[in-house]
Amino acid sequence: MLLPFIIIASLTLASAAVAMMLRNLIHSALLLVLSWTGIAGFYLWAGAEFVAFAQILVYVGAISMVVLFAVLLTRPARDVDSPLPAPTVIRLASGLMGGAMVASVLLTAILATRITGGRAHAPSVTVRDLGALLAGPHAASLLAAGVILTVALLGAIIIAAPSPRNPEDPS
Amino acid sequence: MSAAPMVVSPAPLLERLPLDLRDAVLGLLPESLRWLASGLITILVLLAVFGLLFAYLTLAERKLLGRVQNRPGPNRTGWFGLLQPFADAVKALTKEDVVPRAADQVLHYLAPVVLVALSLMGFAVIPFGRLLVPVELDAAVLYFFAAGAATELAVFMAGWASRNKYSLLAAMRALAQLISYELPLLLSFVPVIMLAGTLSTTGIVAAQDGWRFGFIPHWHILTPWGFAGFVIFMIAAFAESNRSPFDLPEAESELIAGHLTEYSGFKYALFFMAEYFGMCALSAMAVTLFLGGWRAPLPFLEFIPSYLWFGLKLITLLVGFIWVRATMPRLRIDQLTRLAWKFLVPLSLINLGTAAFWSLTTTWTGPLYLARWAVALAIVIIPFVTLGRQLSAGNGPRTYRYAS
Repeated sequence: MLLPFIIIASLTLASAAVAMMLRNLIHSALLLVLSWTGIAGFYLWAGAEFVAFAQILVYVGAISMVVLFAVLLTRPARDVDSPLPAPTVIRLASGLMGGAMVASVLLTAILATRITGGRAHAPSVTVRDLGALLAGPHAASLLAAGVILTVALLGAIIIAAPSPRNPEDPS
Repeated sequence: MSAAPMVVSPAPLLERLPLDLRDAVLGLLPESLRWLASGLITILVLLAVFGLLFAYLTLAERKLLGRVQNRPGPNRTGWFGLLQPFADAVKALTKEDVVPRAADQVLHYLAPVVLVALSLMGFAVIPFGRLLVPVELDAAVLYFFAAGAATELAVFMAGWASRNKYSLLAAMRALAQLISYELPLLLSFVPVIMLAGTLSTTGIVAAQDGWRFGFIPHWHILTPWGFAGFVIFMIAAFAESNRSPFDLPEAESELIAGHLTEYSGFKYALFFMAEYFGMCALSAMAVTLFLGGWRAPLPFLEFIPSYLWFGLKLITLLVGFIWVRATMPRLRIDQLTRLAWKFLVPLSLINLGTAAFWSLTTTWTGPLYLARWAVALAIVIIPFVTLGRQLSAGNGPRTYRYAS
């Protein structure tokens, strides 16, 4: 039981670490996807099938595409080693601040979790239970997610839509 | 195949035959190796069956396309061309494998491997027969489509690693198509899960048990929402497996093979194989979700083993794929995305409403039963007709200016 966990954890962490060190952004993105797959493997190891496959469907199937498209569309033309500008105090400070913020959020979450000892039995989750949970106690977060996605969709449409013809603009 | 089905109520001999054969082989091995051997045998059988199906599907496709286009098709290799797939395999294996010097060597190599591996993974959760389920999962349907969604990554890898701008552009186009059709594909089977109340494939087949009036099976396709869902699912499946009329990613006459331009030899064959495996897996899923899985269509035909019924339904759908390829012209990319976003997505969302109505009115009997059918059919047909009219307004009929 422990050996698979060690393998999954080292795969996840190693691919994330290598992703940070590589200069080739596409390779980094693909390694990040591997890391997300590792997290899905961890969910599977923990017996949460639904979350594991949802993780793969959403992260490996969809979010990875967003990341890759973003990298391809924003990258400067020369493709491999894009040279980084020399380190400055501002970059160091902003890097440290970003890291500290993420770390504080994660630490709060970890400290707030009550870890009870003993073996938890894997809950049998049916679609009906999931639906009842989503529409009952978690209805507010579901609605919030829906609103965020709708706003994102509207934004995408507005950006992608052809601009209305300006009468003063000859083109 | 877990150990559970070994102690079943006496099933007919033919039904048990595959499991008995497996157990006979397992009996030769020491106890400690049996779980491993059991898994390996399942994998080997799946690979052998679907590998052969792939080989003969290519032959059937070429033969059928030939007949449709009034030519004989391959008929020189072996009896009626029956050895053609093996000749093709030898050809693909012995061809030179050209890799562009500028290509990303690792990703270029990895892309076809990942693609074939992911497209094979879907077969693990399909119930091929009453007793033949390779892996029982509670979230089997989710697993299947998660494996399918991950293939997009391989397409991207192939296009990007070739270091060829045409490959990359074609891969982006292919991804746009795959992502557009992912949505109707996923939405079209949600009603099945709503009505069956489970994500397990065996549970979904179990939900289609029984007969209405003693002879009409309770398959999902024989309900208004099921029929609409099946049609949307199949259209999206055509697009997801890059089959004509949605074969833009590798449109031979326009793109010279799109993201596969820089692939040759056996790697190209692997892409080809993955396409057929994907097509088989999606058809097998369609059979499971909508066509009653391995169930017989009529009560007195139940003596025929369930896996034969499954194979028959699967082959029927696959021949349908080939028939459509022979009949339909290829779509343009704007027509393709318009069909997905403006037509299939709204219809599949409305179909959720139909399914909700259907599940709320299970108690309606007698004349109300007819009303239930009428209302459900109206929810399916009216949006279809109005949306279709609106979308095709101004697009037809085509005038042939130079042909007359």
